[in-house]
Amino acid sequence: MVEFTLPKNSKVTEGKTWPKPAGAKRTSEFRVYRWNPDDGQNPRMDTYFVDRDDCAPMLLDALIWIKNKVDATLTFRRSCREGVCGSCAMNINGVNTLACTHDIDEMRAPVRVYPLPHLPVIKDLVPDMTSFYAQYASIEPWLHTKTANPEKEWHQSHEDREKLDGLYECILCACCTTSCPSYWWNSDRYLGPAVLLQAYRWLIDSRDEATGERLDQLEDPFRLYRCHTILNCAKACPKGLNPAKAIAEIKKMMVARQL
Amino acid sequence: MPQTTNHCSAASFPLLNPGFPDMPMTETKTTVTRPLSPHLQVYRMTLTMAMSIAHRLTGAALYVGTILFVWWLLAAATSKSFDVINGFLGSWFGYLILFGYTWALLHHLIGGVRHLIWDTGRGLGPTEREFFAWVTIVGSVTLTFVIWMLGFMFKG
Repeated sequence: MVEFTLPKNSKVTEGKTWPKPAGAKRTSEFRVYRWNPDDGQNPRMDTYFVDRDDCAPMLLDALIWIKNKVDATLTFRRSCREGVCGSCAMNINGVNTLACTHDIDEMRAPVRVYPLPHLPVIKDLVPDMTSFYAQYASIEPWLHTKTANPEKEWHQSHEDREKLDGLYECILCACCTTSCPSYWWNSDRYLGPAVLLQAYRWLIDSRDEATGERLDQLEDPFRLYRCHTILNCAKACPKGLNPAKAIAEIKKMMVARQL
Repeated sequence: MPQTTNHCSAASFPLLNPGFPDMPMTETKTTVTRPLSPHLQVYRMTLTMAMSIAHRLTGAALYVGTILFVWWLLAAATSKSFDVINGFLGSWFGYLILFGYTWALLHHLIGGVRHLIWDTGRGLGPTEREFFAWVTIVGSVTLTFVIWMLGFMFKG
């Protein structure tokens, strides 16, 4: 449902400004979204100052620095710190991306950090991804075959393998899906860019034998066709993939099978 | 919408395969009303996003403009009240509406062609999509002025 404003309990208020680190020569300012499920308050924006001479270059480094040295209650997801796991996906200065692969020096100060857009917040920068994962499970992201299993592995030519390039690299960080206004308004029924890119990854896999059934499941005014080519997805993807293109290819397959 | 509970399973999400097992993904039994994270309020506007919004708005404006156009045609055909509507559309305010209608029509037309190209799977790359957005803006504005200049030249 299209709802341009935030519900009453979600309006963001001004929060606390934490003291600047003593004796720091070079500091950067960060404004970070905070919400604590235990205090009954609305979300707020806290201001932190990071001693840049004591902190590594990426935004994730700054968040970890804040957690270690200023405010241990700041909560966020992170794991690999090198753009492979997708855990630290968040909205940074208005764009969804990974905190671990972005240099603070390339960001306009103060850096504004929010959780991924239009999701229920569990705490601070940690959104609830349950529905996103359930949608991913719904496309059955594994190989479906009907013919008897071969003695060894399923073979694939080099050309067919190349069709998966630009698709298999997806790390399911949800940067694209939560950048999509169409997904914001219809996340209960529209599958969103990430899941559709994954759906296409199985649709064009030469070894998969459930192409027809997969297309049947996507042939729906909402699941697939809520894509209105706004293209925020392709611009947001931290791995440089193009979910919009994958969705266009699925739409083409829908037409092609009727000819 | 704020979410009050935090249960989700494949069964409560009936998209694909009815045989897919009921799979609880979280066990949190909380009654906390979770806030919704900011979206439109914080997302930085992109050119293609602005073009998508403009395509919607011009599409809606075309309903109004087309009704006006049909009214004018009907009045001309039946000659009832033709002078009234013709006089209205010939006033400066009428011109303003028609000028806006011309732009909306052209913007929606070029945007529509862009969508047709996208439907073939082309023009979605990082440089093409920005180029198409600029073509839609510059093209629609330029053509609107050209049409109006021609209109005044041949008005007689």
